[in-house]
Amino acid sequence: MSARANKALTAKLAVVVVAMFGFGYLLVPLYDLFCEITGVGGRTGTVTESTAALAKADVSRDVTVEFTAATAPGLPWEFHPLQRKVTVHPGAVTEVFYLARSKSRRATAGQAVPSVAPFDASRHFKKIECFCFTSQQLAPFEERRMAVRFVVDRELPPAVHTVTLSYMFYNVDAAAAADSTATAAATGEKT
Amino acid sequence: MASIDTTVSHDNHGDHAQPYGIMRWLTTTNHKDIGTMYLVFALLMLLVGGLMALLIRAELFEPGLQVLDPARFNQMTTLHALVMIFGAVMPGFVGFANWQVPLMIGAPDMALPRLNNFSFWILPFAFTLLLGSLLTADGGPASGWTLYAPLSVQGGMGVDMTIFAIHMMGVSSILGAINIIVTIFNLRAPGMTLMKMPLFVWTWLITAFLLIAVMPVLAGAVTMLLTDRHFGTAFFDPGGGGDPVMFQHIFWFFGHPEVYIMILPAFGIISQIIPTFARKPLFGYDSMVFATAAIAFLSFAVWAHHMFTVGMPLAGELYFMYATMLIAVPTGVKIFNWVATMWRGAMTFETPMLFAVSVVFLFTIGGLSGLMLAIVPADFQYHDTYFVVAHFHYVLFSGAVMAMMGGAYYWLPKWTGHRYNETLGKWHFWLTAVFFNITFFPQHFLGLAGMPRRIPDYALQFTEFNMVSTIGAFGLGIAQLLFVYIVVRCIIGGERADARVWEGAEGLEWTLPSPPPAHTFTTPPKIA
Ligand code: HEM
Ligand SMILES: [Cu+2]
Repeated sequence: MSARANKALTAKLAVVVVAMFGFGYLLVPLYDLFCEITGVGGRTGTVTESTAALAKADVSRDVTVEFTAATAPGLPWEFHPLQRKVTVHPGAVTEVFYLARSKSRRATAGQAVPSVAPFDASRHFKKIECFCFTSQQLAPFEERRMAVRFVVDRELPPAVHTVTLSYMFYNVDAAAAADSTATAAATGEKT
Repeated sequence: MASIDTTVSHDNHGDHAQPYGIMRWLTTTNHKDIGTMYLVFALLMLLVGGLMALLIRAELFEPGLQVLDPARFNQMTTLHALVMIFGAVMPGFVGFANWQVPLMIGAPDMALPRLNNFSFWILPFAFTLLLGSLLTADGGPASGWTLYAPLSVQGGMGVDMTIFAIHMMGVSSILGAINIIVTIFNLRAPGMTLMKMPLFVWTWLITAFLLIAVMPVLAGAVTMLLTDRHFGTAFFDPGGGGDPVMFQHIFWFFGHPEVYIMILPAFGIISQIIPTFARKPLFGYDSMVFATAAIAFLSFAVWAHHMFTVGMPLAGELYFMYATMLIAVPTGVKIFNWVATMWRGAMTFETPMLFAVSVVFLFTIGGLSGLMLAIVPADFQYHDTYFVVAHFHYVLFSGAVMAMMGGAYYWLPKWTGHRYNETLGKWHFWLTAVFFNITFFPQHFLGLAGMPRRIPDYALQFTEFNMVSTIGAFGLGIAQLLFVYIVVRCIIGGERADARVWEGAEGLEWTLPSPPPAHTFTTPPKIA
């Protein structure tokens, strides 16, 4: 038996181990990309106001859009949509409102995460303006009406008649949120 | 990892004085000693994990809360699984590999003996840490062995201890796997070509590759948990842009190959036992090797069958359903080959053979319930019910654990030089097989009727089957004390075993005296 050969093979296998550890982490961006492409996880799309304005509404089709809302534990807010559902034509820009009200005596901040079901509709649900683009800060007991402008694009699969948009608000650190909102606003960055 | 490559194999320790007592075991680099330690450790963990299972079953004997409060109950289901998987089944198989791989390929020892010692001695520390989590203020991990986020992100210090324990177990099994691969590739006796290797060696070679491929992924997943818990990352926190479902994907990318890590060596063991007692060579050796490789290969592409209900596009559900069912094909090839080996054989039913035959039979039941679970619309109903619990106990207890028991009876005379008490062995087999079925068969019905898994209390209509199951579990637990007794008796003494031990046994290990001397095959054997 040769100690050399053992060492060489051990080294090769150790490389595999390290590579697989890295692969575990690589799964994170891969999963993200996969969701982006397929709409898994209910990722929604975004579109600019001007592009959306170019599209013509398909008045021959009605799509029902339903709204739900929830807050994660740890965020002392009341949060709900101001309309249960709306009927829209694909291609037409629509605006709806949500209401958030802080029940806290301190300044709080939340980040809303949207999700659309069914998955094959999520890519076709495009937001122009949304309170989820940045984190929201509420002063003690502040109440805020927040808008979402969206368009359901005309490529929405014909089998889909109802789309559900849901938001979950998560607690984010108020100070840090103020910081990042400031930069986001400065750079016009959207998430 | 830099420290490991200092451990090269050594052929110069032939005559140096053996330390005595505890130091012998702490410092040994002999594959037989290390194999023994692994097996003893696995048996100990089987008893610890079994005790937790009995607590769970005691709580479920009747509705309401009697024995454990819900928090403790959840800790018991979590730790029972972790202890059994990482403490009993995996180290048990490594113990078999340590003893048998060198003997079966004509090697003098494992290729990396000091590494071997290290990978064993990590384990007692890892499990002290894991079980120690029960003593912390918030108790042990209670998220289930799958450690799903966000539950596992929220738990107390016990979860951190679990994460570190998993890191240690991961290092241990990765090092063990590397050692086995290097041994098999570099230390085969001249003439022992790959396609002449006994099937047990083949199954372990493939298992070892699975281990080095997926244990690092698990290590990564729990590291992400750890940084999510303490260092401000948000891999699994949607508020920070993460996604808890991603944890499930990463976990099951490890988790499904892991279930094959726990069954392939069992396939190897019974592929040794059945030809011995059927007195015929294994039917379809080549197809067995290819089926094992095919199962391992496919196991990387089916993980999401554990998460059909999280919400997936229809195409995804269909893909994972058919891919999962595809695994049943090579598995079926194996079952066919075992049956064909027995067909018209001159069969006798000593204890190892009883275990092997029952593994073929009961594992097949587990495979069939697996196929039912693979059907997406059915799984929406069965997921997270006792049907899943029944499924995996048929493949893991009556597959992996009973194969190891069969293997223990098969090789104990070789290892100890004594025959075990055959009458008691048969008693142990029948008690185990009968009580196993009493415990787990009713759980199929409970699951079909909708009883969820991992709950300490349940609706009244489930009472009868739960009572039966609990009675079976206590019988099964007590029967294992008989196993411990038989093994201890066999180590201490008994009728002397000759070299061949079993009339129909074939293979290099049977050319050695029983028990084999500390150093064997220092000059490579001649392979016919
Ligand atoms: C024909 C082969 C098999 C098929 C088709 C199959 C299929 C499945 C499916 C679909 C599930 C998910 C059920 C659910 O959670 O809803 C499952 C769970 C499970 N299977 Fe299998 N399986 C097979 C063989 C095995 C083997 C050989 C093992 C282990 C030795 C195994 C161990 C497990 C375990 C441990 C779980 C539950 C994991 C958990 O949620 O804690 N299976 N199986
Ligand atoms: Cu699986």
